[in-house]
Amino acid sequence: MSEQAAIEVKGLVKRFRREMLKRDYTTWKSLLLRPFQRRGPDDYLTVLDGVDLSMQPGRTLAIIGENGSGKSTLLKILAGIYKPDAGQISVRGRVSSLIELGAGFHPEFSGRENIYLNGTILGLSKKEIANRFDQIVEYAGLGQFIEAPVRTYSSGMYVRLGFSVAVNVDPDVLLVDEVLAVGDEAFAHKCEDKLNEFKRAGKTICLVSHDLGAVKKFADEVVWLDGGVVAARGDPARVIDAYRQVVAKREDEVGRKAASRNELPAADRWGEGEVEITAVRLLGEDGQAHSVFPSGGSMYVEMDYVFNQPVEAPVFGIGVKTSAGVLCYGCNTHVDKIDLGALPEQGTVRFEAQRLDLVPGTYLLDVAVTSPEGLDYDYLVQVASFAVRGGSGGDVGIYRPPHGWSLKPRGEKA
Amino acid sequence: MRFTSHLKELAKNRALVWALTTRELKGRYRGSLFGFLWTFLNPLMLLGVYALVFSVYFRIRMDHYAVFMFTGLLPWVFFSQSLNEGAGAITEGGSLVTKVLFPLQILPAVKVLSNFVNYLLSLPILFAFFLVDGVGFHVTMLGFLIVAGVHLVFTYALTLILAAANVFLRDTRHIVGNLLTLWFFLTPILYPLAQVPDAFRPLVYLNPAAVLTLAYHDVFFWGRWPAWGPLGAVAALSLILLFIAVVIFENHKEYFAEKI
Repeated sequence: MSEQAAIEVKGLVKRFRREMLKRDYTTWKSLLLRPFQRRGPDDYLTVLDGVDLSMQPGRTLAIIGENGSGKSTLLKILAGIYKPDAGQISVRGRVSSLIELGAGFHPEFSGRENIYLNGTILGLSKKEIANRFDQIVEYAGLGQFIEAPVRTYSSGMYVRLGFSVAVNVDPDVLLVDEVLAVGDEAFAHKCEDKLNEFKRAGKTICLVSHDLGAVKKFADEVVWLDGGVVAARGDPARVIDAYRQVVAKREDEVGRKAASRNELPAADRWGEGEVEITAVRLLGEDGQAHSVFPSGGSMYVEMDYVFNQPVEAPVFGIGVKTSAGVLCYGCNTHVDKIDLGALPEQGTVRFEAQRLDLVPGTYLLDVAVTSPEGLDYDYLVQVASFAVRGGSGGDVGIYRPPHGWSLKPRGEKA
Repeated sequence: MRFTSHLKELAKNRALVWALTTRELKGRYRGSLFGFLWTFLNPLMLLGVYALVFSVYFRIRMDHYAVFMFTGLLPWVFFSQSLNEGAGAITEGGSLVTKVLFPLQILPAVKVLSNFVNYLLSLPILFAFFLVDGVGFHVTMLGFLIVAGVHLVFTYALTLILAAANVFLRDTRHIVGNLLTLWFFLTPILYPLAQVPDAFRPLVYLNPAAVLTLAYHDVFFWGRWPAWGPLGAVAALSLILLFIAVVIFENHKEYFAEKI
C-alpha cells in the first residue's frame, strides 16, 4: 500500500480493574486490609483483547457489536481518552470526536458564549471560531435563541448546537459515537448530509452505531466486535448479515431459557380460574421451544391447562399483537368451530400456525380460556413475546404476504 | 521531560485556560440578581463579619485591626478556595475528563486562576479601606508581585496533588476542608505574630502559609519589604513541591478518565 494508514491499531488490549467497576473508589477498609496486595488476573476485566485495525485515509469504517463488546472503549482509545494496556495505535491528522456533544457547555451561558467555549475546548482558536461563527449558528438552526442561556434549550437544540460546533472543527479524522441516534428526523438527515459531505471531502470517519441501516448506508467497511475481539471485518452487507444471525441465535437461546422456567410472566391476568392455564410454550417447526421465528415459517403455541372446577366446553383462544399493541390476529376454538369434545382434566391445547407471514419485529402473545358465552376463566395478557426475523429487513408494516415482483413491458398482453 | 511538557501544555492552551476561567468567574454568579457584583460583595461581607466579631466583640487591641486582618484574609480565601474547589476539579470535570481529549491539568489550573483573579478583583476594596482608615500606601506594595507569584506556585502545586489524589480516594476533599480550618487558625491571619507566645514563634516559620501571610502584611500593611530568607525558602519549597506535584499528576492522569 502506497498510502499511509490514517488509523493503525495493532494488538490493542484494554483492561479495566474489576474492583474499580464494583466500587468506584478505594475504601478505607480495602486500603487498610490489603494496602499492598498484588492484583491477579481475576481482578481485571479485559474489554479489548488484541484488536487490529487499519484504515486508509478517506474511508469510512463502522464498528458494530452488542452492548459491552468494547466499541465505545475502542473509540475512546482512538480519541486518546483512554490509554491502552498493550498494543500500538497511531492516528494521523486532526481528530474530532463526536463522542460527547456540547462538552463543557455552561447552562447559564448563552448559545453564543458556549460556541466559543466549546470550540476552544475542541481546539479552535478564537479567530477560527469567529470565522465559522455564522456557519455554526446557521447550521444549528437556533435563530434568536443563540442569545438565550442553554439551560432554556430543548434537548434537541442542545444537541444541534453541540453537533454544529463539532463538525465545524474541520477534522481529518472524525470519530462518531451514536450521535445519529439523537435528535429528530430533520436532524438525522442533517447528520447524514454532513457525514456524506465529510466523505466527499476525503475525511476518514470511524463510527460506532447500532443503527445497522445507517451503517450499511455510510460504511465502506464494517468491523464487528464481539467480546473484545474482532469477530469479522470487511464488506458491510456480509458482516452485518453475519452479526444479525448471531444476535438472533443468542436472543433465541435467552428466550428458550426463560421459557423453560415455566413461569407465566403475564402483564395482566384475570378470570376466576375455573380452568387455569399453567404453561405456555412457543414451538418452532422442529418442535423445540423458540422465541425467534423466521418470517413465513411455522409457529405452534402450546397451552397446558388444568380444570379447577368442572365446566362444559371451554374455549381456548390466542391473540398476537405488535409491540405497539396493535392486534395482528386473534382467534379461538369457538370462532373456528372446533369441537374439542370431552376434555380431560389436564392436558395441552395447541394452536398451529403453518405460516407466520409477519414483518420482522417483536410481537406479543395473549392467551385465554373462556366459556362459550365469553366469560373469562383465565385471561393472560402478554404472556410471551417472540421475534420474527428474516427477509431483506427493509419492509414495513405487519403483514408480509408471500410475494414476488415482475415486470410487464407496456403494450404486451399478459 | 514531563515537568516541562506539563507547563508547556498549559502555556500552549492559555486561550482555553482563560476561556474556562472566565466561564468559572462569570458562571459563578450568573443568573443571580447582583451578578458579577458578588465578586466585590462577598469579600465586603466577609470583612464585615470578621470586623464585627474581632473588633467589636473580641476587642483585639491593635490599631487598624480590620485592615490588617483583611490584608491577610483575602489571600487566604484565594488559597483555601483554590484547594477546596481544586481537589474536586478532576472528579467533577465530567465529560471534559471522560469524553473529550483534554489536557487535564487545565482543570485544577482554572480553579486556582479563577480564585486568583477573584483575589485581584478584591484588592481595590482593600485599597479603599487603606484610604478610609488612613493607613496609607507604600512603595513596598510592589513586593506583592513577588509574594503573589510564590503563592500562586505553592497553591497550584498543592491543588494538583489534591485533584489527583481525590480521583483515587474521594475522602480527600472532605479531609482537605477540615484541615484548611485548622490551618487557617494556625496561620497569623486574625492575630498579629506578636500575639504568638515567644516559644512557638519559630514554629510559625515552618508554616509556608504563615510566611506568605506575614509577607503580605509586610508589603501592604507594615510598609516594609518581606523577610527575604523565609520567603525564599517558601519559594524553593514551592518549586520542589510543584515538581513533585507535576510528576504525580502526569503519572496518574491516564487513569483519570477510567476512574471517574
